[in-house]
Amino acid sequence: MTSAATDSSTGRLRGRPRPLRLSRWLRFDGWGALVLPLLVFLVLVFGLPLVVMLSRSLTDPSFGLQNYRDIFANAVYPRVLGNTFLIAAIVTVVTLALAYPYAYLMTLVGPVWRMIMLGLVLVPFWTSILVRSFALVLFLRDTGAFNSTLQTLDVIDQPIPLIRTLTGVVFGMVQVALPFAVLPIFATMQGIDRRLLQAAESLGARPAGAFWRIFVPLSAPGVAAAVLLTFVQALGYYITPALLGGPKNTMIGELIVQQVSTVLRFGFAAALATLLLLTTFLLLVVAGRFVDLQKHLMRQT
Amino acid sequence: MTKILTRAGLAILAALIGVYLILPVLIVVPMSFSDSSFLSFPPGQMSLRWFHNILDDPIWIDSALASLKVALASSICAVVLGVLAALALVRGHIPFRNTITAILLAPLIVPYVIIGLAAYIAFLQLGLTQTTLGFVLVHTCLAVPYVVINVVAGLVSVDRRLEMAAMSLGAGPVTTFFKVTLPLILPSVLAGGLFAFFISWDEVVTAIFLSGPDLTTLPVQMWSGIRVQIDPTVAALSTLVLLVIFGSFIVLGLTRLIRQLARRRVTGPATNTGA
Repeated sequence: MTSAATDSSTGRLRGRPRPLRLSRWLRFDGWGALVLPLLVFLVLVFGLPLVVMLSRSLTDPSFGLQNYRDIFANAVYPRVLGNTFLIAAIVTVVTLALAYPYAYLMTLVGPVWRMIMLGLVLVPFWTSILVRSFALVLFLRDTGAFNSTLQTLDVIDQPIPLIRTLTGVVFGMVQVALPFAVLPIFATMQGIDRRLLQAAESLGARPAGAFWRIFVPLSAPGVAAAVLLTFVQALGYYITPALLGGPKNTMIGELIVQQVSTVLRFGFAAALATLLLLTTFLLLVVAGRFVDLQKHLMRQT
Repeated sequence: MTKILTRAGLAILAALIGVYLILPVLIVVPMSFSDSSFLSFPPGQMSLRWFHNILDDPIWIDSALASLKVALASSICAVVLGVLAALALVRGHIPFRNTITAILLAPLIVPYVIIGLAAYIAFLQLGLTQTTLGFVLVHTCLAVPYVVINVVAGLVSVDRRLEMAAMSLGAGPVTTFFKVTLPLILPSVLAGGLFAFFISWDEVVTAIFLSGPDLTTLPVQMWSGIRVQIDPTVAALSTLVLLVIFGSFIVLGLTRLIRQLARRRVTGPATNTGA
């Protein structure tokens, strides 16, 4: 009797498409449910304000896309956007050019030197950005350590203007970005089997050839993660460009703060921030197809 | 031959990069002990006058206390929420796992200017700006990914048979967690908590949005000290901040070392009795 009923019911189920049950999809097991407090917290404290900001950009002072039109109506703001991308690109290139050989050397040296080199990378990681940028102002300004040393040595007569210039901003931002680039590149390089290089050399490749054709391509995932992280973070810098850059090097972060604190244009600031957020998101989605950023972030520490 | 030359070149380049990396520390620490009020270089006469300045001015003490309160509260919140989430990520079944992980890590990627502005706009309506609660809420978001990352790394290496042994001897899941799992992952929990503390303690950008006459944290106070005119007191404060950070890392390093030694003592006799 029971078996017959079961048979008929399964038979019926087989005949029809399985009903889509959302509750089954959304099921957390006992352990999985422990993620919920943090998830709810982040949605409320982190996500919801972003939505409020987005809606503010569309409603303040009036409903519509006026704020977004304003960004492109005046020549000043597109120039800031262009500047932001340009500076972020320069910073990324310089950072990569320094981080790659540094990480490479870290894989070559012995464990003690490796610890020292890693320690040097972690010092700025754990020094506040404010302190670092302030120190670089002291270093780069006309009466600072750099210029006065060169003047004492009679290399230059007049101080080289560094602060409030593009050079100054790049110098400061690369300093901030370097650790974020060195760590993923080093992590990837450490996983490369160096016997592959020996194999190539034993087959007649010159060391340089083996390096460029085997080592560099294998380190590409780390490089890609480093480039993505550096560029995305550089777009949103505020403290360093505000202290080291001049009016010609204004970046979008400074513009946002300026609009809120001095002219109180909340809607406009929100529109700028939304634009930056969407750019960041888009970059991550597009690049996310090639770079497993989650993996690199998860092993960052 | 070329190999030696390349290596030598690399070493020189790396040395220069190394100096560049610690340049701020090399600059700020000597200057904070300088007698000159213009922070000129070379520092010239030594003096502790800027450190005295900190103690004399209640602004610095008040904002340091405010920062300490915010940093302590947000690191505790971040540790509690982060450890739970890390347990879920490592042990649990989570639907839409990638999306949820991305949400948990998002505060690492979204520029702080955006987080600060969004929180400011939302909190103005709730009256949460310039309050400790408002700061703690935002700083917990910023700090929690670091706790999750650290604790996930710690949990992955835990031998689950130890937990199963405890359960089979009658311990409930909660007892097992506090008596077995937590002690095993304690170093990574502490490391995560320390990260969280310093994320909050150091944080300027969102704090600039949330600060005001009612509540200003130390970094924001330092920020205004730098912006108006270069105040040498900030150099002294920077040195103190550096001291606190590196001091805590040394303490953490020592705790790890002691734990490792202790573990060696524990496993030693245990294997002996087994044999």
